[in-house]
Amino acid sequence: MSVKLMVVAGPPSAGKTSVIRQMIRHLRETEKVAFLKIDVVAAFENEELEDEFGIPTKKVYSGDMCPDHMSIMVIRDALEWAESTGSTVLICESAGLCLRCTPYFTNSLGICVMSSLSGTHAPLKMAPMIGLSDICIVTKTDLISQAEKEVFRECIRQVSPDMDIVETNAIQGTGMKYLFRRVDSAPVLDSMDDLELRGIPPLGVCTICIGKKSVGWQNHCGVLRRLDDDENIYRGE
Amino acid sequence: MKNDGIELKITVCPGITREGVRESFERIDIMPGDTISIVGPTGSGKTAFINDIEVFAQGDTVTGRRILVNDELPSEELIRDPACKPIAMITQNTKCLADLSVDGFLRMHAKTRGNCSDTIIADVVSLANNFTGEKITRDSRISSLSGGQTRSLMIADAVMISDAPILLLDEIENAGIFKEEVVKHLKGLNKAVILVTHDPYISVLSDRRIVMSGGAVVNVLSPGDSESEILKKIKSIDIELSNIRERIRAGEIIGGVSH
Repeated sequence: MSVKLMVVAGPPSAGKTSVIRQMIRHLRETEKVAFLKIDVVAAFENEELEDEFGIPTKKVYSGDMCPDHMSIMVIRDALEWAESTGSTVLICESAGLCLRCTPYFTNSLGICVMSSLSGTHAPLKMAPMIGLSDICIVTKTDLISQAEKEVFRECIRQVSPDMDIVETNAIQGTGMKYLFRRVDSAPVLDSMDDLELRGIPPLGVCTICIGKKSVGWQNHCGVLRRLDDDENIYRGE
Repeated sequence: MKNDGIELKITVCPGITREGVRESFERIDIMPGDTISIVGPTGSGKTAFINDIEVFAQGDTVTGRRILVNDELPSEELIRDPACKPIAMITQNTKCLADLSVDGFLRMHAKTRGNCSDTIIADVVSLANNFTGEKITRDSRISSLSGGQTRSLMIADAVMISDAPILLLDEIENAGIFKEEVVKHLKGLNKAVILVTHDPYISVLSDRRIVMSGGAVVNVLSPGDSESEILKKIKSIDIELSNIRERIRAGEIIGGVSH
């Protein structure tokens, strides 16, 4: 196979789709792009992008599962699908539930999108999502003060000192040339064997995950935690 | 780029009009201490013009303009790192989001600049108070400041903590700040200030006027002394209007105009 995989991660309403629009506009001159959207209960981006650009798109609803967990499950199938449509690039957009992970893969481009409106401490709260990405796009910077712009950048640097940071108003497309440079040099994935997670996401497999509604550790099995515990404990069935 | 004694010159090179024709000017040089107003009807491309400067356009914006710094292509660091960038832009949309006190907000910024002294915080607040009639105190909450106070504080912060040599101000007259104070103060500090404005007084007060139409620069005027008479007249009208505005704000019925 020969596909460039690009994962776009970030909280809801950060501007991921606006960034992806700019990427598609740039990429379609030289590549054939396919788009996969993973969301919990509702998503419209696939129809919008299909209408606008006439590219193959697909949508997966993850329901009770975290969309990032879902993306780990379906990514190989999705790459096969993209290849079957003759595409050379697969862009996968996913908004995780807790924003502490978002699976970036080896031999792909990991793009983290955050809104500068999310507050100056947001980068510290979403540290793993930033730390494992290749490039961090900060959107809506036209709306905040110079002071906060600088502080926001400093917080990202605290998480990841050498991070490639692009500040943008993604709707206007300002600053996008620096993202395009990374997009153009993204690695080509030749084999599924080269595809692995970059880090271990905090995915809990437990009785809450399978739909049990009772609360308190007393009522659950799997990975548990009591208030004063320093570490997780495990209890089998 | 700051405080190192090197004069910073910004040059705007022509782009193309919406009809695809090259803009008629050769180059527009912006030097320290310059005051330039951008005038023209709504939709004529005024904001796009200052946006080009803000992002250091290199033919990659809709206008196709290019921006040079000291006659050269600007370095990537200069463009991308807000702490190195010599430009601060304050628009009508620009807000301070932080739910902090004025003191906490300024400290947060000054700390990233490695220059967090009590003196600088006090200086910023006192400068901001020169620009607004409603007094800002260090313990005011940022989120409860009025539009005019916020704008004044952001200008003072950009001037003193960011120490940006170039300020781009988009229609600041709407925020109810002392626009003349702002322009004069920035000029005194040898800062370049570029204002998008519909305000006659600000326009005539500027050294140069860039006239926009149809997305393009159609004229660059340097009126020199030829407007000094009319400037006096506009100033007195402006003062008169300010007085009326204050009286309306104070709840008066405007019966006769005092001179």
